[in-house]
Amino acid sequence: MIGRVLLAALLAGIAAGLIMGIILHVRLTPLILEAETYETGGHSHDHAADGTTATTEEHTHEAEAWAPADGWQRTLATTATQAMAGAAFAAILAGISLLTGLPITRENGVIWGLCGFLAATVAPAAGLPPELPGMPAGDLLARQVWWVGTIIATGAALYLIATRRETWALALAIFFIGLPHIIGAPAPVTHVSAVPPNLAATFAANAIAANAIFWSLIGIFLGLALNRYAKDAYAT
Amino acid sequence: MTARTNSASLSISQRVAAGLTLLFVGATLFFAVGLSSMAVAHNTAHDTRHSIGFPCH
Repeated sequence: MIGRVLLAALLAGIAAGLIMGIILHVRLTPLILEAETYETGGHSHDHAADGTTATTEEHTHEAEAWAPADGWQRTLATTATQAMAGAAFAAILAGISLLTGLPITRENGVIWGLCGFLAATVAPAAGLPPELPGMPAGDLLARQVWWVGTIIATGAALYLIATRRETWALALAIFFIGLPHIIGAPAPVTHVSAVPPNLAATFAANAIAANAIFWSLIGIFLGLALNRYAKDAYAT
Repeated sequence: MTARTNSASLSISQRVAAGLTLLFVGATLFFAVGLSSMAVAHNTAHDTRHSIGFPCH
């Protein structure tokens, strides 16, 4: 049974990820490649642009490690990792659904997906908008902690809003939504960047829009897959 | 717990176990794609990380 639910979730996520992969190659990868031409380093994966606080040690390390060559290798790597990301998000949504006892169905799947979009794309983007290579940024670990924390806090708030009607629950939900932004995302030392501002803005807007589609598909496919293969998971 | 549907129905503890398993699998994949600082993982998932909005380098 666990295997069946897991398989249904992973396949739904992989399907959404493969479709997102197509959107990515058409709309987002060209912008990433263009941004990389503005990077100060000559190597396409040397991300040590002016203003980053990332350690140089990490970058020398990166330069030595294997990286997919531009062309089919990079396309394949991106498509595969996008499918993995879809599988990860779908498994997490399905896990939350099983733990809370709130079923994901064909009818409400898209709502689950859009809640994922709000928690994992919209809320973090308010502090850390999707960025292009070569843009200045704060400490990587601090940003990752803030990013994951914001997703968890916003997700908890959405759960409270969806399941509770008490005043205290709604107040707590507002607190959870606001807290990460009151703390504030780790800011870059400078906003000066070789990447043109309109390129960065175009990328952020397109990435957020693409993620809206990605998350909607995850929810819809998850609803269909669980309905078909794991409906009995919620029978008790 | 009712036995009204079929024998494959999950008890609450089985459902929680399934939920934890899925969360664990999802979190592991999430870490590998989005957060791992291993250079090969970063390079392979590079464009995906940027597109989903993961903090990257």
